[in-house]
Amino acid sequence: MKVRAADFLEFDKEAKVYRISPEQAVRDDVEKHYWRHVGTTILKDWRLYLMLVPMILVFLFWRYFPMYELLGCFKVSNDVIPVSQQLFSGFSYFKRLLVGGDQLSTDFWRAMRNTFILSFYGLCFGFPIPIILALFFNEIRSNAARSVYQVLTYLPKFMSTVVMTSLVTMLVKQGSLTTGMGIVSQALSGLGLLSGEVANAGLLNNPSFFRAIYQISGIWEGAGYDSIVFFAAIIAISPTSYEAAQIDGADKMAQMRYVVLPSILSTIVIMLITRIGSLLNIGYEKVLLLYNTNTYVTADVVSTFANRQGMGANGAGTGIAAAAEMMNNVIGMLLVIGANTIARKASNTSLY
Amino acid sequence: MKRKLEISELIFKIISYTLLTMFALCCLYPFVYAVSASISGRSAVEYGSVVLFPKDLQFEAFARMFKNNMFWNAYSNTLFLTLYGTLWSMFTAILGAYALSKRRLLFRKFFNFFLVFTMWFSAGIVPQYLNYLATRDVFTAVGIKDDKWLVVIAMGMAAMNIILLRNAFEGVPSEIEEAAIVDGATEMQVLSTVYIPMSKSTIATVALFFAISRWNGYFWARQMISNSSEQPLQVFIRLQLEQYTDPETIAGWNEVFASDSMIYALIVCSIVPILVIYPFIQKYFAKGTNVGGVKE
Repeated sequence: MKVRAADFLEFDKEAKVYRISPEQAVRDDVEKHYWRHVGTTILKDWRLYLMLVPMILVFLFWRYFPMYELLGCFKVSNDVIPVSQQLFSGFSYFKRLLVGGDQLSTDFWRAMRNTFILSFYGLCFGFPIPIILALFFNEIRSNAARSVYQVLTYLPKFMSTVVMTSLVTMLVKQGSLTTGMGIVSQALSGLGLLSGEVANAGLLNNPSFFRAIYQISGIWEGAGYDSIVFFAAIIAISPTSYEAAQIDGADKMAQMRYVVLPSILSTIVIMLITRIGSLLNIGYEKVLLLYNTNTYVTADVVSTFANRQGMGANGAGTGIAAAAEMMNNVIGMLLVIGANTIARKASNTSLY
Repeated sequence: MKRKLEISELIFKIISYTLLTMFALCCLYPFVYAVSASISGRSAVEYGSVVLFPKDLQFEAFARMFKNNMFWNAYSNTLFLTLYGTLWSMFTAILGAYALSKRRLLFRKFFNFFLVFTMWFSAGIVPQYLNYLATRDVFTAVGIKDDKWLVVIAMGMAAMNIILLRNAFEGVPSEIEEAAIVDGATEMQVLSTVYIPMSKSTIATVALFFAISRWNGYFWARQMISNSSEQPLQVFIRLQLEQYTDPETIAGWNEVFASDSMIYALIVCSIVPILVIYPFIQKYFAKGTNVGGVKE
């Protein structure tokens, strides 16, 4: 914007000088007494600002104060005195975790790698399946039949994590002298996909199956529900688009490629950003409920590592735990912001 | 040309029906199996001969559980946490979202950022745990000795839900609000007679999200509620699972039903109430994802 003298000056013809115009005087006054202006606005409209108070307090106390608590990663941890009075330790906890060379640092790197692998697999398998499901739902012309399919596939979403993990635990449980193994292990060994011995030892006790169980249970739980948003985007496509493509001789694959995909691309981008944003935000509850000491090799993620160090009886202390979570969360935040910026540049769709 | 079109159409249809049916059956099967295993006889469950339908019917596992006072206690605790937790979350969220939806609010950008930042960056579980411990001390000092209230008040707030509500409130036409103000409505009356009725379905969706997260809450309830008689259903289920899959319990098991049946019965009991209300809430559940809080 170009600033012109006439916007804030006025020519006094008698004295032949330029003076500040009355409008500008008002503006200057507002600027000078900005905080007084703020105060009177709030006082005049106090009901509106009072409404904000409970929300601000909840977020301040239980979302922002923990971030202050997180600063314990730079301080010598001590269970008795609060963070504000602890001595500074600088980056010693970070150093110990990253290049400590001892068991703790090995475990931390393992947790970091597991976090990335679990979320990356989630992105590879968990993300496309809801889209494919939505395409399939679109093929069912009868509304009644589609509702039946949808209800059946949304159903697992209504279980809590505890119920879901309990079911999974039971379905792949180990056999013993008196009892048989879980029904799914039984089926897998019956089909010859697994040796009976491995299946009988319990799949959740075997580190090589943890990732598969984690992803498959995730798909079982969430794919149907996640497909809703894609399905909504697909049914919003006008039938005339398909007809036009058909007249041009497009077969089913070509219709998918040139009609459906471009129409739901913005939805896909938005869901992908959300997904990437929560990439390191692995559901620690689910891991915590599914893993055990036998499967730490593949199952231990940063949150559960921090949980054991900071809240467990034999942990290395809250400072170490806070340092681990700090690294995890900072990378997570960079991923959200990065994904969002890229999406905004590429397609003009952004989430925040 | 036309033929080729029809054939590709047909093939795709067959593939989608087959795969969908398979997926839907896979989704359904664990539930059917849980029901069957909970009411099958001991040897049938232990030797894995129950596949789809129950064998050697027994209802002892259910009877045993219904006689357990801890079960009913856990259920009532969950209802308590869900009811009061949802009310408290809705109270703070509706008031906050209403204020945020007003363009005349000073520092509106700052308050929005204040919310959204918590979606980008969370402190993580250990700092949160330390913070909850500290606030528990504050609550005790004030005189609230019940850990349940700490869980109700401190946990379960989500910025996303407030943003959903704010977007809904922003969509209410301002003319109606102006008409209400001309008629002499106060701020609270505008909210309760104009905004809330006009965004009923979003409010139902958000309430449902809060209620589900409260109903499902496990980790913090287990960490923060020290009194075992105050723990909710999810914690109870987990403790029972740990107990009944313990090799020692299984070795000393001396009942007409298998120890597994107890767990399956518990799982069935925790899912049934949700299945009963599912048809009524399904449309709100589906709607929530479509709104998605997307802002362009």
